[in-house]
Amino acid sequence: MGLLEAIILSVIAASTPLLLAAAGELVVERSGVLNLGVEGMMIMGAACGFAGAWFTGSTFLGALCGIAAGAALSCVFALLTLGLAVNQVAAGLALTILGVGLSGLIGAGFVGEKISPAPNLYIPLLTSIPFIGRILFGQDLFVYFSVALVAAIWWFLYRTRAGLVLRAVGDSHTSAHALGYPVLKIRMFAVLFGGGCAGLGGAFLPLAYTPFFIPGMTAGRGWIALALVVFSSWLPGRLAAGAYLFGAVTILQLHAQAFGLGIPSQLMSSLPYLATVVVLVLISRARGTAGSAAPASLGMVFVPDR
Amino acid sequence: MKRLLMTAASAALAVAAVAIAATSHTASAADKLKIGFVYLGPVGDLGWTYMHELGRQAMVKELGNKVETTFLENVNEGPDSERSIEQLARTGHKLIFTTSFGYMDPTLKVAKKYPKTYFEHATGFKNAPNMGTYSGRFYEGRYIQGVIAAKMSKSGVLGYIASFPIPEVISGINATIIGAQTANPNIKVKVIWVNTWFDPGKEADAAKALADQGADVIMQHTDSPAAMQVAAQRGILAFGQDSDMIKFGPKTQLTSITNNWGPYYTRAAKAALAGTWKAEDTWDGLKEKMVVMASYTNMPDDVKKLAMDAEAAIIAGTLHPFKCPVVGQDGKPVECKNGKNLEPGQILGMNFYVKGIDDKILGK
Repeated sequence: MGLLEAIILSVIAASTPLLLAAAGELVVERSGVLNLGVEGMMIMGAACGFAGAWFTGSTFLGALCGIAAGAALSCVFALLTLGLAVNQVAAGLALTILGVGLSGLIGAGFVGEKISPAPNLYIPLLTSIPFIGRILFGQDLFVYFSVALVAAIWWFLYRTRAGLVLRAVGDSHTSAHALGYPVLKIRMFAVLFGGGCAGLGGAFLPLAYTPFFIPGMTAGRGWIALALVVFSSWLPGRLAAGAYLFGAVTILQLHAQAFGLGIPSQLMSSLPYLATVVVLVLISRARGTAGSAAPASLGMVFVPDR
Repeated sequence: MKRLLMTAASAALAVAAVAIAATSHTASAADKLKIGFVYLGPVGDLGWTYMHELGRQAMVKELGNKVETTFLENVNEGPDSERSIEQLARTGHKLIFTTSFGYMDPTLKVAKKYPKTYFEHATGFKNAPNMGTYSGRFYEGRYIQGVIAAKMSKSGVLGYIASFPIPEVISGINATIIGAQTANPNIKVKVIWVNTWFDPGKEADAAKALADQGADVIMQHTDSPAAMQVAAQRGILAFGQDSDMIKFGPKTQLTSITNNWGPYYTRAAKAALAGTWKAEDTWDGLKEKMVVMASYTNMPDDVKKLAMDAEAAIIAGTLHPFKCPVVGQDGKPVECKNGKNLEPGQILGMNFYVKGIDDKILGK
């Protein structure tokens, strides 16, 4: 295996959890809800995903448990912000703290246990093609799913009526309400979808990336996913570009250090953040559409009868 | 009114959640010595925090109902930790262990505010009349690992995953290369700084990068077993960190430097109970069993013997990893005040690399 091939494989693995969680959050925010609890939902997905896989011996069932855990935690958020019209920022932060604590409790019994990592796809002949074989046809299913998910979200938002309604709800909930759309119901589905995606992104970590569970193993990836949504100006294509760029710079700076380039490690470690922000802002500026896709009702509480 | 109620409800939820996250476990009872611990990671990290937790448990087992302990986990380093430390002091804890380098200044600040409370800070170098420091001479173990690594490496390239450029980590890298050079003078070490103590994904990525660039023995100064697992997948060798990680690499782990805090915590608590506690700088190593090597595994007998001989010599005091002359990266020997080996202060404050390391330290 060549060095470049190895680097690309590492980049894809590092980007996938970010892409999964961020794609879900993009849909949530497009519906006008800001859920800052991504980190909490991810770590719950990691704990429950590992638990599921450990009990059943199946990565697939583990992933389903991760999705269910993320969605279940997002139910709490939906209940607070949609049902009780609580401030979304406060509820989201509380959700993260709750998720981190609860996942530690659930996962405590699994620390030190091992599972076999998610199997990689193998297609005879195709996977053996030099260089591109492993990259295109030799990944685990999470990777293919994350790419398909972003494509599906793009198609949903821009090519379906339901997607149009969801964007309308995010842009002006009062208008959408006046037209007779069930604003809170649509937002609830969006929040649950986002929770499921975050749970899956979290479950990727102990099921495929580093096959063991340790409390706090998401290590801030939920926050990076949140930032990616903003810097992609809420556009699915840019989100994918941002996630892979972040993953790429993360891995490349590690390789640059190992090569001994003599650049201060503190600077290297901040490069993924700097590069992603700069590139995505430049793209937005070049297209002259900076911030135009930002949902106008983002983060605002909606109470139908008031 | 409704809105006010909702805000109150969400605030209550947040507070409840905080209580869950910063889990504090307190055993009940009155007029016992209350002892507090501040932990960097979760107690289940299998690394640094886990070993402090085992130390606490060993102390409780030894002293039974004479003490009452509380621990705060997941406490971030830096100014933010001051609150947590002060909370322990305010709630009547008379002896407080702060278990990470980054708690140094916050501990000092709180120690000045609470002169009657005893503070013990791990791995730092600042004191007060009521604040002592304690640490393990981990570099002794690193030296042995260096000897083993150089013997076991076929490529002659070692991979080192480092956390933050603080003296403890730098002295570890130096001791490793000094040990390795005794077995192979041309040994190379590739260093990756991940700038975190704990991020399993990033640690795994660093291990992959090192392996991809030809390193065939991986060592780490970060806390999770992720690197061990990557090494196992790649069929190369690795050293555990803080705890015995053999479970994650039965055919991979060569040994592991394990931290054994129990005896020290017991000693300090006994001193506090007897009223004889004094602020001291404790720095124990292999000899005092604060640093303990895990079994030497996955190596031929001659390498094992070499490692055990080095360990015995360090315990006997006939071998010092930083024996003079210690040559810096610039090729000049480092100042050697007593003529034999570097002074403890030079090791505890180490901010330079020795010859043979290609990496650079910022500002050097």
